[in-house]
Amino acid sequence: MTYFRLLRKNLTRKKLRLFLTIFSIFTAFLIFGILKTFDSALNAGIELAGADRLITSSKVSLIQPLPFSHYTKIKATEGVANVTHASWFGGYYQEPKNFIVSFAVDAQSYLEIYPEIFIPQDHQENFLANRQGVLVGEALAQQYNWKVGDTFPLISSIWTNQDGSRTWEFKVEGIFSDPEEKFDTRSLMFHYVYFNEGRTGARDTIGWLVIKTESPEVNEAVSKAIDEQFANSPNETKTDTEAAFGKAFLEQFGNIGLIITSIVGAAFFTILLIAGNTMVLAVRERTNEIAVMKTLGFANGRIFTLIILEALILVLLGGLPALGFSWVLIEALKGAVGGALPPMTLTPEIFLQAIAYMVLLGFVTGGLPAFNAVRINVAAALGRKAL
Amino acid sequence: MTKKPLIKLEGVSKHYVKNKMSIDIFDELDLVIKENEFVAIMGPSGSGKTTLLNLIGGIDRPTSGTITFGGEQIDTFSESQLSKWRAANIGFIFQFYNLMPMLTAAQNVELPLLLTKLSKSERKEHVKTALAIVELEDRAKFYPREMSGGQQQRVAIARAFISDPKVLLCDEPTGDLDRKTAEEILKILQLLAKDFGKTVIIVTHDPEAAKFADRQLHLDKGKFFERKAA
Repeated sequence: MTYFRLLRKNLTRKKLRLFLTIFSIFTAFLIFGILKTFDSALNAGIELAGADRLITSSKVSLIQPLPFSHYTKIKATEGVANVTHASWFGGYYQEPKNFIVSFAVDAQSYLEIYPEIFIPQDHQENFLANRQGVLVGEALAQQYNWKVGDTFPLISSIWTNQDGSRTWEFKVEGIFSDPEEKFDTRSLMFHYVYFNEGRTGARDTIGWLVIKTESPEVNEAVSKAIDEQFANSPNETKTDTEAAFGKAFLEQFGNIGLIITSIVGAAFFTILLIAGNTMVLAVRERTNEIAVMKTLGFANGRIFTLIILEALILVLLGGLPALGFSWVLIEALKGAVGGALPPMTLTPEIFLQAIAYMVLLGFVTGGLPAFNAVRINVAAALGRKAL
Repeated sequence: MTKKPLIKLEGVSKHYVKNKMSIDIFDELDLVIKENEFVAIMGPSGSGKTTLLNLIGGIDRPTSGTITFGGEQIDTFSESQLSKWRAANIGFIFQFYNLMPMLTAAQNVELPLLLTKLSKSERKEHVKTALAIVELEDRAKFYPREMSGGQQQRVAIARAFISDPKVLLCDEPTGDLDRKTAEEILKILQLLAKDFGKTVIIVTHDPEAAKFADRQLHLDKGKFFERKAA
């Protein structure tokens, strides 16, 4: 006999109740694991945001293009150190289900403004030299087994080519990565010049602009100056910091953070009630046994610790497999959705956050019954008359 | 050789307050129990027998008076001091056995040894010996529900003496057993007093059970009346 065996015996005395409680905890942490991973993936762009980067897009809508002339005008604005632009391509490979996050960019300035994108020197040189070249993210290259030198067609769901088709030919000139795993490497980028000359409509327009300011302190003044410059024109702009832009982009889908917090919060509150109720019942049923343990010399502190440990084990039995299963589901989901969603990974941060919640849950659900156990009046609990 | 006093109650009073009324259980009670004595405490219901046992076992405190054990005043101990003291000195035996239903006989007996520094193998050896004394070696792996009342009470006795306490406090230990089984239990308690030097105090309603004791005390209306053993 060991304390661990004693805990195990106490936990398993009502197997159906144990299973149902573990299952409810499992479900809650499964929801937590998946939603937090999803939330973290969606927020990856916000986390990536540079403090000195601003984004200018159409005031009407993010999908409304801006004239190319905005690029040169903004470049001349005071406080602006560098400007680049990007346009949404909406491409897929072979079938619509193989959706790929793809942009047409001003290559030179884009790479200057995003120094976190890592590209081997020779890849960068080759890419800049070839108008039909494409820079492919490491994860995307692995997915389709693309190597430098390969050519492949990409079909745009928006843009028609000069030949009347929506198929665009590209040559892989470089593969980029992000050692910090914040930039989406399941994406690709190619030259705006090739894109602009090739498309049949909306020529000389751009999707949005990325501005590097001289310092974060001038961000507010620069964004104000840009937006004032185009006020009352047919193409009014809206300039935000990159973080605010990323957040606004996500909010197109509703307040995802609030939705996730609400779901996780509701799940947690429910399991808190279930697990807490189970622990209170389990300890109340054992009032007599706890009293006997006290007569044997088990001190209050030891009994308190045993009950807290029991609650912790109960939560971990449900929570840890749920995290494992979340990981499996996320990995499977990655393959199934291709590039339609940002890269999802159950990060060590999410894992540690879940463990912290499990420990907290163990203490909260075990705390009250443990406190009650300490307060048990031995003589009364033994069912013996006091007289 | 004269036996030394082990437990001393001096001027012990116990009152309860129930529904704003003070109920006196006993007042100014004195009692001395010597080492290695087998004492039976009898008395009508409500006379305070169990309360007395609780006070001696440190699971209740007197309203006034002092209780000393081996020269140490225990009624002033803190809760944690009392826990340690009980683990070292007291073994409880109850009318309804109070075994842990999810543990086997051997595990129930081993439970108090978790509070000691004995190794796993030493604990196993102690359990084996304790079960042999109560003649239940062959039931070591049985759960309480798989044993008769008498067998369960023997397991409870083994659990009570396994950590080698000086005193065994037994509250109606035969109250739930038939005559033959009760006698077997009382003989074991007698053996523990005579051969193992334990001080045994039993609370009982049964005069036949009380006959196994060296000394019988009758508690009534807050006073003791002593009767010599037959």
